[in-house]
Amino acid sequence: MGSFQSFPDDHQYRTLSEKTGFSLKQIGILHNRFKQLSQNEETLRRDDFKTIQDLESNPIRSQIIEAFFDRRNFKKDGVGSVEEIGFEEFLTVMSYFRAPTHHITEEQREEMRRAKLRFLFNMHDTDNDGTITLDEYRHVVEELLSRSGAVGRETAKGIADAAMLEVANISVGPMAPDEFYEGITFEQFLKILKGVEIETSMHIRFLNMDTTALCK
Amino acid sequence: MELKMFIIVLGLLVGSLMLLEGAASSPDMGTGISQNNHDHKDVGHNNTHSKKKPFPVLSLDYDTVRLPFEISLWVLLASLMKLGFHLIPRVSSIVPESCLLIVVGLLVGGLMKLVGESPPALESKIFFLYLLPPIILDAGYFLPIRPFTENLGTILMFAVVGTLWNAFFVGGLLYGVCQLEGLQHLHVDLLSCLLFGSIISAVDPVAVLAVFEEIHINELLHILVFGESLLNDAVTVVLYHLFEEYSSVGTITVTDVFLGIVCFLVVSLGGIVVGAIYGILAAFTSRFTSHTRVIEPLFVFLYSYMAYLSAEVFHLSGIMALIACGAVTRPYVEANISHKSHTTIKYFLKMWSSVSDTLIFIFLGVSTVAGPHRWNWTFVIMTVILSLVARVLGVVGLTFIINKFRIVKLTTKDQFIIAYGGLRGAIAFSLVYLLNPHHFPMRNMFLTAIITVIFFTVFVQGMTIRPLVDLLAVKKKQETKRSINEEIHTQFLDHLLTGIEDICGHYGHHHWKDKLNRFNKKYVKKCLIAGERSREPQLIAFYHKMEMKQAIELVESGGGSKLPSAMPSTVSMQNIHPKKTPHERALPQLSKAREEEIRKILRTNLQKTRQRLRSYNRHTLVVDPYEDGWNDILIKRKKMIELEKKISQMNNYLTVPAPPPDSPTIARARLSSDPQAWGIKASTESVPTIKVDLASPQSPESVNMVDEFGKKGSQAKESKEEGGLMMKAPSAAKERKDKTADEDDDREPQQRLMRCLSDPGPTADEEDEDEPFLP
Repeated sequence: MGSFQSFPDDHQYRTLSEKTGFSLKQIGILHNRFKQLSQNEETLRRDDFKTIQDLESNPIRSQIIEAFFDRRNFKKDGVGSVEEIGFEEFLTVMSYFRAPTHHITEEQREEMRRAKLRFLFNMHDTDNDGTITLDEYRHVVEELLSRSGAVGRETAKGIADAAMLEVANISVGPMAPDEFYEGITFEQFLKILKGVEIETSMHIRFLNMDTTALCK
Repeated sequence: MELKMFIIVLGLLVGSLMLLEGAASSPDMGTGISQNNHDHKDVGHNNTHSKKKPFPVLSLDYDTVRLPFEISLWVLLASLMKLGFHLIPRVSSIVPESCLLIVVGLLVGGLMKLVGESPPALESKIFFLYLLPPIILDAGYFLPIRPFTENLGTILMFAVVGTLWNAFFVGGLLYGVCQLEGLQHLHVDLLSCLLFGSIISAVDPVAVLAVFEEIHINELLHILVFGESLLNDAVTVVLYHLFEEYSSVGTITVTDVFLGIVCFLVVSLGGIVVGAIYGILAAFTSRFTSHTRVIEPLFVFLYSYMAYLSAEVFHLSGIMALIACGAVTRPYVEANISHKSHTTIKYFLKMWSSVSDTLIFIFLGVSTVAGPHRWNWTFVIMTVILSLVARVLGVVGLTFIINKFRIVKLTTKDQFIIAYGGLRGAIAFSLVYLLNPHHFPMRNMFLTAIITVIFFTVFVQGMTIRPLVDLLAVKKKQETKRSINEEIHTQFLDHLLTGIEDICGHYGHHHWKDKLNRFNKKYVKKCLIAGERSREPQLIAFYHKMEMKQAIELVESGGGSKLPSAMPSTVSMQNIHPKKTPHERALPQLSKAREEEIRKILRTNLQKTRQRLRSYNRHTLVVDPYEDGWNDILIKRKKMIELEKKISQMNNYLTVPAPPPDSPTIARARLSSDPQAWGIKASTESVPTIKVDLASPQSPESVNMVDEFGKKGSQAKESKEEGGLMMKAPSAAKERKDKTADEDDDREPQQRLMRCLSDPGPTADEEDEDEPFLP
């Protein structure tokens, strides 16, 4: 981390730290990264993400990038998406991937869990209607299998349908033939992912990040 | 009643065993004499006319079959014991099997001694070469990779640092104790003590498996203790050889210690490399076994065993080689071999490891009676106490350090279970047995002490761990089936986290894992997996596995009036496909005669037609006409069909979308584990097929709908617009998306049949929604 500039806005960092829970050091590192990605501009655009080589081979790349520009992830009742984000928004999105600290109450843990699952939910629910419809879910699975060619596309539908049915069965139970299951709501989403320990598995270790290794 | 008969049989068996032992071993001269007799007879026959004996109608010649006979008898005894324990449910729920087996061994040994025979001791060679590998291979092949790699750091810490700490603590303190007055006569020097410490400090995989299997604790703890028991083999091997080598010399220099560390790295990494090489060879071989399915399991076993032996040749860690071989082999071999081979491998491994396990414990008991003992109160008691203390201190200390790096911290309860679950077993015993009594005059004392520790851990800790687990309310293993949603999201999370790491610029855990996966997919899988399976992504493989399971469940349950499925058939496709409802086409009602006709045709043709039924948790039946039970399946299926007819719900359609033969990828993916069936499929073009397509072929929409669900990949949930029953052998269903049904039909010679069946009068418009057609 050779030339590490001194924090330009200590005060700003402190407020950010309080808001997102990162330490000052981590914020510094992330700020460096932000500047690197945005080529030293104030804001980050979608195109800037294209410079990251490794991201290109990720099947859900577009959804990840979209998540950064989604207002719903910035604050509670945001709607729609933006074209460019500042460092604060970048940090806010990153804060979804923090690990739970050791001394955390049950409530806080539950809160964190909900927040992370909300992030995931927002990634799936692209039209922001509060439910993940079958099409959206299909899209998710298709993207996941998008690197598998023809096989993927056709099986994806089957898998998505199966998954949807599973959710419907678990959440709603017996349905008459003419009822229609709208889609997965957030509460149902929470329920089906109960088995996956989100708060511990959805995290990045922000401990040591060597930003200089990234000049590709 | 059962029990009494069983006990009688058992008694007879044990009796015969001892008699035979006695008869055979009492004169080894007996063999000699009979040899002589043979010679004499031959000679006599040639030379002189010896007295002509009457032709022996019945003669006794036990010696030629002695060895295999005795081995078989022992194995039979062991298996009968195992059988017996499970007949007595009360006992087996309190006392773990291993304890009971040791007790049996003690009894048998005691009986033998009473009779006057010397009971056979557990020879180290037999143990290490024949009894141990099956257990380890079983463990390695079925090792849950994901939790193992996630906790690898912790496991390695416990295995390496923990074992080292234990060895030195116990060895050192024992030496100190032995220096006290009254024990000087033992002449136990430091190196011998350290050697003893290193032998006794290793947690034993056999014992851990035996006990932990019965208590069903959560995956994390299980993998921690079990992983530790596997990986500490390298440390044990190195320490053992190190101390054994130099105990005669008497001193160890710093160079030796340094060499020891290098040796450790060589032993562990070398073992893993050897195992991996053999694993890759096995995977590669399995790529070509599509024509010789019968010997597929043999390759897996042979390569793994050779890996173990090869590692042992170089004094590398055989256990780690075996684990590496099993873990590397599995993903590739499973993609290549047939379903039956997979089952065979699974059952053989379980069988062998079970027998080995039983034999080991019984022999431990017998050896206790047999082995030369030298009891020394202080030494033995101190050993037991020190090993316990060392374990507890080691675990607590290490956890303190480890928790700094873990996200999911280990609680005190976890630590207790880890410490308490550190059982010692037969490996320690065998290692001591291997010691040369001349170099180690106190070998017998060591033997006694080790046996005491083993007994203590297995009996006391083994028996009390279950109530303690319940008392402390330790999290138990989740029995829930893995749902497809969880699988999807696990994959999704993997990619998401990798992506975020890339954005952060952080080369972490996920980044490297992703790189490894991509490397695997791009190069390794292509080499090692035959055909199209190499490109099948994990999610699809998982999905197909679930379908197969559903199918098998369904067939096994015979398909009653209530169709069993993992999820109750309460929600169907139409509930989540509302936009299809405007286009729904109910099936027209056929007259009785028609139905009968169709049914007859089906019956005759089903014998030859390959059906590919696809649905998730409905009627799934992936059949292979070359498999046994084909007819049974057919009969069951027909029964199911007839029963369903009675159910008047639109939801229960049986849809059999045709598999597109043109795309082997797709076909393969359908049959997740029977590639052979796929091979056969291509040749069934000539098989007469029946296509009953009741949806009006004129409407393109219905065709599209059919495509939607009728294609191989789709889930094929019953739904109104499905269009009916289509049982086709491989034909080009894939192209249906682009062409109309008519074109499709033209390609089929059997279409005439179809036409007459599918033009029954009522057109698609006048549907009567309540009458499903189900031939």
